[in-house]
Amino acid sequence: MPTLSPLEAVSAARWRVAISLTIAMMVVYFGFILLVAFNKPLLGTLLAEGLSLGMLLGVLVIIVAWMLTWFYIRWANTHYDASLARLRVPAAREGSR
Amino acid sequence: MTSSLGEPNAIAITFFLVFIALSLVITAWAARRTKTADQFYTAGGSVTAFQNGLALAGDFMSAASFLGIAGLVALSGFDGLIYSIGWLVGWPIVMFLIAEPLRNLGRYTFADVLAARLRQKPIRIAASIGSLAVIAFYLIAQMVGAGNLIRLLFGLPYEAAVVIVGVVMLAYVLFGGMIATTWVQIVKAVLLLGGATLLAGLVLARFDFNLFALFAKAAEQYGTGVLSPGRQVSDPIDAVSLGLALMLGTAGLPHILMRFYTVRDARTARTSVGYATAFIGFFYLLTFILGFGAMVLIGRDAITAIDAGGNMAAPLLAEGVGGTPFLGFISAVAFATILAVVAGLTLSGAATLSHDLWVNVVRGDKADQREQLLVARGATVLLAIVSIVLGIAFQGQNVAYMVGLAFAIAASANFPALVLSIFWSRLTTAGAQSSMFVGTAAALLLIYASPTIQIDILHNTNAWFPLRNPGIVSIPLSFAVAIGVSLLWPVSSEARKFTELERQLHLGLE
Repeated sequence: MPTLSPLEAVSAARWRVAISLTIAMMVVYFGFILLVAFNKPLLGTLLAEGLSLGMLLGVLVIIVAWMLTWFYIRWANTHYDASLARLRVPAAREGSR
Repeated sequence: MTSSLGEPNAIAITFFLVFIALSLVITAWAARRTKTADQFYTAGGSVTAFQNGLALAGDFMSAASFLGIAGLVALSGFDGLIYSIGWLVGWPIVMFLIAEPLRNLGRYTFADVLAARLRQKPIRIAASIGSLAVIAFYLIAQMVGAGNLIRLLFGLPYEAAVVIVGVVMLAYVLFGGMIATTWVQIVKAVLLLGGATLLAGLVLARFDFNLFALFAKAAEQYGTGVLSPGRQVSDPIDAVSLGLALMLGTAGLPHILMRFYTVRDARTARTSVGYATAFIGFFYLLTFILGFGAMVLIGRDAITAIDAGGNMAAPLLAEGVGGTPFLGFISAVAFATILAVVAGLTLSGAATLSHDLWVNVVRGDKADQREQLLVARGATVLLAIVSIVLGIAFQGQNVAYMVGLAFAIAASANFPALVLSIFWSRLTTAGAQSSMFVGTAAALLLIYASPTIQIDILHNTNAWFPLRNPGIVSIPLSFAVAIGVSLLWPVSSEARKFTELERQLHLGLE
């Protein structure tokens, strides 16, 4: 396997994270929609007075969306930005000739 | 219960005039800072992450979602939650796939990203068709909604309401450009989030701040069915199709994408989506509480007596828990909400017409600042007139399907080409172009052939296309066309251009 250039490595890492998180969001969301469509009685199950399983799961989808965005920001602020900073350094040297 | 809704309400008009006065002061202040095309389209890139997060929320949370979802929840309970979630889950996708590369590769419109690596003229023409179609349907829906809403809230004639919205919005965009639009959206987002929080708080106060007591009361009055899925999701394929359009459409809305150019860099763009996702999610959770509050405290019969679609549930609730002054405040907030959304739409339409079509296609990027600003402002006036005329022409139309159509076109025409141009090196001009044409045409044709148009509106006995939402067909079709055409007729120079741009995609202009 040919070795990746630093830029290609950063690009590949970002793509992996972006696509994994996108798929995670889609699985959670469409999982919820399909449950709603195919198993209405299940989602109508009351967990407590005034709370059905469907409502709990619906709110959880919103919370998952928040958590995934939070996770991405955390990953990007630490790992992605650090790799970008390393990519920038040689360019700055070249630019200040 | 008698309501003062629909009668000219002195408090509502006062709040509304205060908002207009404040926003025009902002516009006058912004006008002095709007001297270049950069400032007109992007506020000079000086918006902070927090401000842009609020402005994105202000651009996205339309009156349709505030009044429409609260009404849907009030009338059908749980089902309203499905829409709330659909409108939120597009935001993480915007964050993961689009926001940062868009900021790094473009200047004013999302077509810049495509044009950076593909052939300028054909790709900008194709992107403009998708953009303008989305903007037109979204704008019509907002204008028709505004006319109806203001008639119900303030007792003004429909036409007068549409003209007022058009003229005030024109003032913001024409003189204040992106700076005024951004601040109007920020003020609106704060008012809407604040107003909805206060309203939800007043509702919960009636139930000793016990959310489940509210839901239990609703179940007691209307049956436990209100807490479980009902009629809204009857066909699983249609539900997934709608979900796809809502989720991926958000990442293809030109006025939302344009906001990422108003911040300094990709990192700020990223942080701003984080804020926007938090605000929008919070807002949709609130509308769920408001809907149940209206169901229990106002009652379904009282809500449908005023408006059969349930759109007046939230204003009626405000009157019920806070009296006429609070009704006035919420009405003014709803009006401000519409203004902020139409201003954002008009500005992105003006950017498409002037930056993509005039400056880059007609003039071959040889227009100076003066000419760019002049054309952008001319396009703004044109769009304001068109939106007023269409708003009046489409009076009485069902706005829900037009919003659905806007999302379906955004997801089918704009999203596939945009995401492939960011991530796929072998995409060619012809591939992206045909994907955008096919996506737009497929979304339009399938909606036309759907039961929504054929049976509900044209009163035919059957429809050629069984689904109400075209996304599940039109989005994969658009991706398939882009990939198929690119692989059949590869262009190696365009693949090399992608490699050249890879550094800029991550690091921006250095």
